[in-house]
Amino acid sequence: MTTNTIAGTHTGHTEEHHNPGFIKTYLFSTDHKMIARQFLFVSLFFLLVGGILAGMVRWQLGFPGEPMPGGNLLPDTMAPGGIILPEFYNSLVTMHATFMVFFALMPMLAGVFGNLLIPLQIGADDMAFPRLNMLSFWITPVAGIVMLSSFFVEGGAAGAGWTSYAPLSASGEWTGVYLGQQLWLISLIIVGFSSITGAINYVSTVINMRAPGMTWFRIPLATWSLFITAWLLLLAVPILTGGLILLLFDQTIGTAFFRTEGSGEPLLWQHIFWFFGHPEVYILILPAMGLVSDIIPCRSRKPIFGYHSMVLALVTIAFLGWVVWGHHMFQSGMNPMLGMSFMVTTVLIAVPSAIKTFNWLGTLWRGDIHFDTPLLHAVAFVSLFIIGGLSGIFMASAPVDIYIHDTYFIVAHLHYVLVGGTLFGIFAGITFWYPKMFGRMMHEGLGKIHWILSFIFYNLTFFPMHNLGVQGMMRRIYDPNQYEFLQALQPMNTFISYNMFIFAGVQVIFAFNFLWSLKKGKKADNNPWKSNTLEWTVPSPPPHGNFPEIPMVYRGPYEYSHPDTEEDFYPQDVPPPTSGSEGYSFGAPTPEPVPGD
Amino acid sequence: MNFSWLMPETVSTFGPALDDLYYVILWITGIVFFITEITLVVFLIKYRHKEGRKAEYIHGSNKAEVIWTTVPFVIVVWLAFYSKGIWDEIRDPDSIPAGAYQIEVTAKQFEWNAVYSGIDGKLGTDDDFESRNTIHIPVDHPVQVNLNAEDVIHSFFLPEFRVKQDAVPGMRTPVWFQATRTGEFTLACAELCGLGHYRMKGTVIVHSKSDFQSWLDHQQVVAGEDD
Repeated sequence: MTTNTIAGTHTGHTEEHHNPGFIKTYLFSTDHKMIARQFLFVSLFFLLVGGILAGMVRWQLGFPGEPMPGGNLLPDTMAPGGIILPEFYNSLVTMHATFMVFFALMPMLAGVFGNLLIPLQIGADDMAFPRLNMLSFWITPVAGIVMLSSFFVEGGAAGAGWTSYAPLSASGEWTGVYLGQQLWLISLIIVGFSSITGAINYVSTVINMRAPGMTWFRIPLATWSLFITAWLLLLAVPILTGGLILLLFDQTIGTAFFRTEGSGEPLLWQHIFWFFGHPEVYILILPAMGLVSDIIPCRSRKPIFGYHSMVLALVTIAFLGWVVWGHHMFQSGMNPMLGMSFMVTTVLIAVPSAIKTFNWLGTLWRGDIHFDTPLLHAVAFVSLFIIGGLSGIFMASAPVDIYIHDTYFIVAHLHYVLVGGTLFGIFAGITFWYPKMFGRMMHEGLGKIHWILSFIFYNLTFFPMHNLGVQGMMRRIYDPNQYEFLQALQPMNTFISYNMFIFAGVQVIFAFNFLWSLKKGKKADNNPWKSNTLEWTVPSPPPHGNFPEIPMVYRGPYEYSHPDTEEDFYPQDVPPPTSGSEGYSFGAPTPEPVPGD
Repeated sequence: MNFSWLMPETVSTFGPALDDLYYVILWITGIVFFITEITLVVFLIKYRHKEGRKAEYIHGSNKAEVIWTTVPFVIVVWLAFYSKGIWDEIRDPDSIPAGAYQIEVTAKQFEWNAVYSGIDGKLGTDDDFESRNTIHIPVDHPVQVNLNAEDVIHSFFLPEFRVKQDAVPGMRTPVWFQATRTGEFTLACAELCGLGHYRMKGTVIVHSKSDFQSWLDHQQVVAGEDD
């Protein structure tokens, strides 16, 4: 292989003897792989926090008015005698969603996998701006601490919903929450900078630092999806940040952007929030789609079906995501004549979503499927994303949305996308790339037990929520039994709560497997899954600087079971045979200059 | 436990049309759900790893891509136009029937106040009277509720009527419906509005036309005596 000088500009700091000491290695590291691991531990912690809050919500709904086990540990402002107060319930609902969206799922997708995979999959030695990357990580725990601290201030944590609709959120006089709501706003303003700096890094890295031969259409779909997501973050998060600052002004210095005193406009907040909020939905699902799109071909030993249409579908979803925000506002009092335009753009998203689903099925078709834990989670992702996608069509239809808007049908839908989709995608990703992150395999038996139990109890928890919604149960209500027509649903709510507790309990298996395997897992070689992409050509975990020399890329990432190869995989950096099968070339053997194609 | 996907009883004139649309979507998505999930399971079983068999080296099929792009496209666009018809019937401001009985409803933490016109038949005059957390309407006659909010956003949700419309401070939002039978029905708040949100409920009482008229006469007299 020819040593490449073009890429030499990016390898300026590939020191042979890199030994920066404990603090620089583990705390203030600029190495993208260490930052990925830091993000992983922090986001798993916040996943636990979000899960505990969800457990309390489910306790109240399953057993309204009964003292919660361990609830007497909470202060009387939250749960006197262990019985959850209505205002604390509102905080629980709000903070559960906030922690899950901003501190668990977003860092887990963009933070963990964006950092780990982008440089490794495109053949770069690190991110474009390693120090900015370190900053992007350290912002997250700081913002998280601010958010957590709001539970302990007078008035309690924010309780206006994660959507924080004004005027409820714009003044403490409506909720009794003053400082808590302000800390919520400040924390999200801070954490936004983590997303923005991260996104700048991902975009720059993918555009400028691809190894020679890594053309746009040889980029693995995981990196493609993270690249598209980075654009969404870069464009959407500043909009939210702007809105949050205005809302903070309304809260603190008496402006009236969203308050009606002084001709503010409550619906303006909703437009700003959802103009960010709908791209946000894709920020939370596209990376999971990308991870699954790498895992399914690898474990089916077959090229991805329709690579180009997979990329186009990602781009299409990202574009459509900007013109659908109004479907969150069909019942808001927005001009009803806007309904049709938002309805059309919204249903169109079903098209690229269908393309992706059928291509995953097409990949499995005539494959050689290996049922490892990552593949099982990836298949769970596909089957649950189908449900989440189809249930979305109900609320895309504005007249049906009249009835199901703000009911448990929406709660079911969003949890099918964000837990069934995103979280199972994350499980697939963690179990698949764990050896690359930590150098050891996770325990396969425990992994499978965790998968099957999660899959069963996940569905028993969230599927019946559709039925609650069809029967009219509103979301975010402290005690449904206040309404006669909802009293009959109490057994169902109790049933859901039991299953949620088991679903949460099953995650202990995952946590144990994760921690146990760090020390006791089987040692992983470079390429335990026999994958084609570049991260598997280097040791597990890769050394500082990743590649001994910048690799040369000869083909796309999904050349599995190629007829000309003995093995059932054909890594991207293996040169094609120089004699023999001359004339058969599916990838240009001559390296192309990296930027500008 | 009720795992039903059937919509509960509806008592408004446009309710059945909305429910039919729901069932059409339920059928379409239900069929797609079963086809795709069964295909997934069949593929997983059929193409599971077996010693000595290699996966087929297939990169895709343009024909397949065209089919599974066009078919969903046609279905969902058709669905959007079908939905538009019903949406316009319910929500187009021009579709509010002339002569609809007018009620002014103001939401505030955590109650609903309905204001009716007095003997002069006009809202906003001195002889108006109000009822708290109960809304009285006549059967088989269109009703237009003008929604207002005093403090934060609330949502006027009548599950049996298939009505849901946010009440936004600073806005006056009209919403209309027509009851098809008499009885008492639920009024709920569907938008988180503070700590008492869960108990911000009311009742819609649908009277026969003659009962409504006598109720109205009585209230108007009482309201007139107050002055």
